[in-house]
Amino acid sequence: MCLAVPGKILAITGDDPLLTMGRISFGGVVREVSLAYVPEAQVGDYVIVHAGFALNLIDEAAATETLATFAEIAAFSGGKPNEIR
Amino acid sequence: MKFVDEFRDPQAVHRYIQAIAQTVTQPWTIMEICGGQTHSIMKYGLDQLLPPEIQLIHGPGCPVCVTPAELIDQAIALAQLPGVILCSFGDMLRVPGTTADLLSVKAQGADVRMVYSPLDALQLAQANPAKEIIFFAVGFETTAPTTAMAVYQADRLGLKNFSLLVAHVLVPPAIEAILSVPDCQIQGFLLAGHVCTVMGYGEYQAIAQTYQIPLVVTGFEPLDIVQGIYLCVQQLEAGQAEITNQYQRVVQAQGNPTAKKIVAEVFTTVPKMWRGIAEIPRSGLGLREKYQAFDASRKFKLNSGLSQLQEPSPCISGEILQGQKKPHHCPAFGNACTPEHPLGAPMVSSEGACAAYYRYGKFLAMA
Repeated sequence: MCLAVPGKILAITGDDPLLTMGRISFGGVVREVSLAYVPEAQVGDYVIVHAGFALNLIDEAAATETLATFAEIAAFSGGKPNEIR
Repeated sequence: MKFVDEFRDPQAVHRYIQAIAQTVTQPWTIMEICGGQTHSIMKYGLDQLLPPEIQLIHGPGCPVCVTPAELIDQAIALAQLPGVILCSFGDMLRVPGTTADLLSVKAQGADVRMVYSPLDALQLAQANPAKEIIFFAVGFETTAPTTAMAVYQADRLGLKNFSLLVAHVLVPPAIEAILSVPDCQIQGFLLAGHVCTVMGYGEYQAIAQTYQIPLVVTGFEPLDIVQGIYLCVQQLEAGQAEITNQYQRVVQAQGNPTAKKIVAEVFTTVPKMWRGIAEIPRSGLGLREKYQAFDASRKFKLNSGLSQLQEPSPCISGEILQGQKKPHHCPAFGNACTPEHPLGAPMVSSEGACAAYYRYGKFLAMA
């Protein structure tokens, strides 16, 4: 119920901030989504979408930093990775 | 897909599992509060990969699962009124009330519809001025802003044929209720990332201090979850009890101020009954006085007293929702109770612990 998925803003329509809508691509599937809660959003931004609303922008710098942390944990690596079910 | 695929790298997951194994020196019990995380844990078999010292307990973090049967009975009563279109999210339509569910009522002729967003319900109201549109509003803090905006816009539009049966619940009071049980075994929490996306994580500071327990804001992809567990184990081993934010790419400490403002404008906190648990003070949302015209239970004069009718059932969903037992401990799991014929709500919702176990971990029932 509280799962939200990332999507990319393709277009923005509407002047009233509370009624602003965005065309969002979810890996190719496009839906109309309210941008009322992300007034700072721009075309090309990635947003987290739940129940027809974008709830926040994805911070690309923070995402990159997290991915770098994943790489750093390689220091612990020593075993043979198994396939994840 | 960007911001999905990168967080599913199997080798990185295994490196984190190894890091956890090298960090842990004693058994720890951690609860993932969100049903979406339970779903990911079972889907990717993360619980099977973790070292045996780490015990994951599934929390009551599925709002569909904790909605009382009596409230579903009220929704069914509303759906059967003439001229009413009752709509809700798909999972909600399948959860059993005391004697029926909304889909079976639909099959008997009631106008019950599944919607993707509360705004779809609002559009139904605009498109059907001769009908009464009732939205059965369920969800945690993640979903509350979407309902609040529908009410806010309905008020601005002056809509008279739109109302809500409100079933919204809040996470922090549930965590406090779990931790307040005298023999509580939970030593750390993975917090629901998207709840924190809206609300931030300031309100969890007091819980960390009062109960001396680490809480880690955690996302939903496999790497998010194993990193969240790693951060939690690091704190547990060091004797720390802080809030840490694993899900920094989405969650800021203050949450989403615009969403919080609209939620506070439309809703106030109320005591709420949780299915299988009990009434928890200040754990639900109710419409503020200004928006009472949109309260379906008041508009249609529903009996406010919840029925006490309880069908005898082997279902142990109450104990499962509180983390005291796991789904495969239930005598009905996988035989009398399946997603096709659920006895309890956790088997209905795709994020329910029983449904996740059934779909991805059925073998556990035979273990």
